[in-house]
Amino acid sequence: MQHDDVIWDIIGNKQFCSFKVKTKTQNFCRNEYNITGLCTRSACPLANSQYATVREEKGQCYLYMKVIERAAFPARMWEKVKLSKNYEKALEQIDENLIYWPRFIRHKCKQRFTKITQYLIRIRKLTLKRRRKIVPLSRKVERREKRREEKALIAAQLDNAIEKELLERLKQGTYGDIYNFPVHAFDKALENQEEESETDSENEAEDDEDVGKKEFVAEDDVEESDLSDFEDMDKLKGSSDEEESSEDEDESEEEMEMEQTETQRKSKGKAPLKGPVRRKRAYVEIEYEQEREPTPKARGT
Amino acid sequence: MESSVNQNEAKPESVDSASAPVFPPTFSVSEIKNKQRRHLMFMRLKQEKRREKLSLKKKRRKEREALGDEAPPKPVPKTIENQRVYDETTVDPEDEEVAFDEGTDEFSAYFNRLTNPKVLITTSDRPRGRTVRFCQQLATIIPDSHVYYRRGLALKRIIPQCIARGFTYLIVINEDRKVPNGLVLCHLPDGPTAHFKVSSVRLRKEMKRRGKDPTKHTPEVILNNFTTRLGHSIGRMFAALFPHDPEFVGRQVATFHNQRDFIFFRFHRYIFKNEKRVGIQELGPRFTLKLRSLQKGTFDSKFGEYEWVHKRHEMDTSRRKFHL
Repeated sequence: MQHDDVIWDIIGNKQFCSFKVKTKTQNFCRNEYNITGLCTRSACPLANSQYATVREEKGQCYLYMKVIERAAFPARMWEKVKLSKNYEKALEQIDENLIYWPRFIRHKCKQRFTKITQYLIRIRKLTLKRRRKIVPLSRKVERREKRREEKALIAAQLDNAIEKELLERLKQGTYGDIYNFPVHAFDKALENQEEESETDSENEAEDDEDVGKKEFVAEDDVEESDLSDFEDMDKLKGSSDEEESSEDEDESEEEMEMEQTETQRKSKGKAPLKGPVRRKRAYVEIEYEQEREPTPKARGT
Repeated sequence: MESSVNQNEAKPESVDSASAPVFPPTFSVSEIKNKQRRHLMFMRLKQEKRREKLSLKKKRRKEREALGDEAPPKPVPKTIENQRVYDETTVDPEDEEVAFDEGTDEFSAYFNRLTNPKVLITTSDRPRGRTVRFCQQLATIIPDSHVYYRRGLALKRIIPQCIARGFTYLIVINEDRKVPNGLVLCHLPDGPTAHFKVSSVRLRKEMKRRGKDPTKHTPEVILNNFTTRLGHSIGRMFAALFPHDPEFVGRQVATFHNQRDFIFFRFHRYIFKNEKRVGIQELGPRFTLKLRSLQKGTFDSKFGEYEWVHKRHEMDTSRRKFHL
C-alpha cells in the first residue's frame, strides 16, 4: 500500500534518502523524475503516488505520468507521452493529459516544459555560431616549457647579441654617412697607406743613415739635384717620424688631425720630385710637435 | 644483520667526523632502514664526494699553473647549443635551391619591393584590459598597422574583406584568462599562417629603465639564429611585417632572436657612443613566441594543409634537438 505520508516522514526529514543533496540553505533532489529539483513534500516523486514530469531526450520533450494504480508494477509505472514540437500545442497536450490533476503539478509541468524549450532553442543557436575550443593544458608540460624558456633566455644573452649585430652593421656601412665616426673605413685606408709608406721608409732607412752622418763636401760639388734629393729625404723622414708617432697615439681626434695633415703632406710628397719640388719648398710646414717621453713603439692591437 | 653491522661501523666513525669516512665496497646508503641514519650517511657521502671534486680541481689548477704557457688550452664547456643535434634542413648561405625558393615564395613580392606591409591587429572575442593594451602597443611598434576589435566576427569572413582592402598581414592575439597567450600571424593574399604560443608578455609600464615611447619612424629589424628551412621561412615572415627602408634617424630596432625554439622579441632604441660601443635602451613591449604550427594557406583550422605541426610526443623527447 502506498502510504505517502509515512514515506515522506521517513525520507523527507528523519532518515536517509539517497537522492537528497543537502546544502546550507536548501535541499535538492537528484531523482531524475523530480519536477522542480528541490526536495519538498509536494515535489518528491517517491512520496507522491500521483505524479507527472516533463523530460527531454535528444531534443524531444515527453510527459511522464505516474498513477497509484500502477504503483505495484515498477516496470510500467511511468507513462510516456510525446509532446508536440509546437509550443502552444504541447501546452494544450499537457493540459489535456493532466486534466483533473492537482494544480501544482500542472503548473510546474508547464513551467518545466517552457524552460526546456528555451534551452533547446539556445543550443540550436549556439551550434551554428563559432564555438571556442577549450584545450586542456598539461601542467607538467607547461612547467617544463616555462623552465626551458627561462634557460633559453639566459643562454640567449640578448643585449650582447643585439649590440654585436648593431656594431656589425655599423662596420659594414649600412648606416652610410650618418655617424661621424666612419673610422673603420678610414682606418682601413690608413692601414693601406701605412703599409705603402712603411715599405718606402724601409727603402729610405738606408739613406737615413747617411743623413745623420756628417760629410764634408766642397761648395762647388753641391748640385741642385743633390739638394733636391736631400730635401725630399728630409720631407719623407719627417713624415715617417710623424707617422710612427701617430701610431703610438690612441686619441682619435688628434690622430685624425695629424693624419689629415699627414695625408696632405703625403699627397704633396707624392707629387713628382722634380723642378716644382723646390717651389713647394716655400709652403708653410705645419708640424705638430708634442713634448712626450719616447713611448715604446707598439702597434695598437 | 647487515644493518646492525653497518650501524656498528658507522658509530665509531660518527665520533671522528672530521676525517673522511671509508665505506666498505658492498655498502649502499639505501640499505639502512632507519631514516635519520640513512639521511646522515647520505649527507656524509655527498660531502666526501664534494671534497674529492674540490681536491681534483685544485690539483688540476696547480698543474695548469705549473705548466704555464705550455698548458693545453682549456676544454670548451659543453652547452646545449654546442651539443645540438644536427638538423638536415639547416640552410647553407649559398644554397641555390633555397635561394630559388625564396625568390618565388609568397614573400617574394615583399622582398622585391612590390608591396608595402599593412597589418591588421585583432584579438579573440571579448578581450580584457591587458590584451587590449598589448594590441595597442604592438600597433605603435609596427608601422602602418590598425587595431580592430573583433565583435564575434568569423575569421573566415574577415579575411576576404582584408584582402579586398589591401592588407598584407593579419595578426590575431588569442586571450585566455585575461592574458594574451596565443598569436596567429597570417600573411594575407594566400600566405602561410603561423600559430604561436605567446608567453612572458611585458607591457611598457612594466619595463624597468625604459625610455620614452617609440616614435613613428620605421624600425630596423634584426633576425638572429634562424638556421633551418623552417626558421628561414618564419624569419621572412617576421621581416615582411616591417617596411623595407628603416629610418635610421629613428634609431629604433626590433629584434627577433631565436634560441632553442623560443623566439624572443625585443624593441630597443640604440645610440652609438663611439665606433666600438653602442648603448641600447629598451622601449616597447617584449614577449616570447614558440611556434606551434605553420599552415600553407590562410587561416583554416579544418581543411588547412599544415606544413609543420609541433607534435609534443615526437619532438619534445630530445633535449638537444631544435627545429627552428
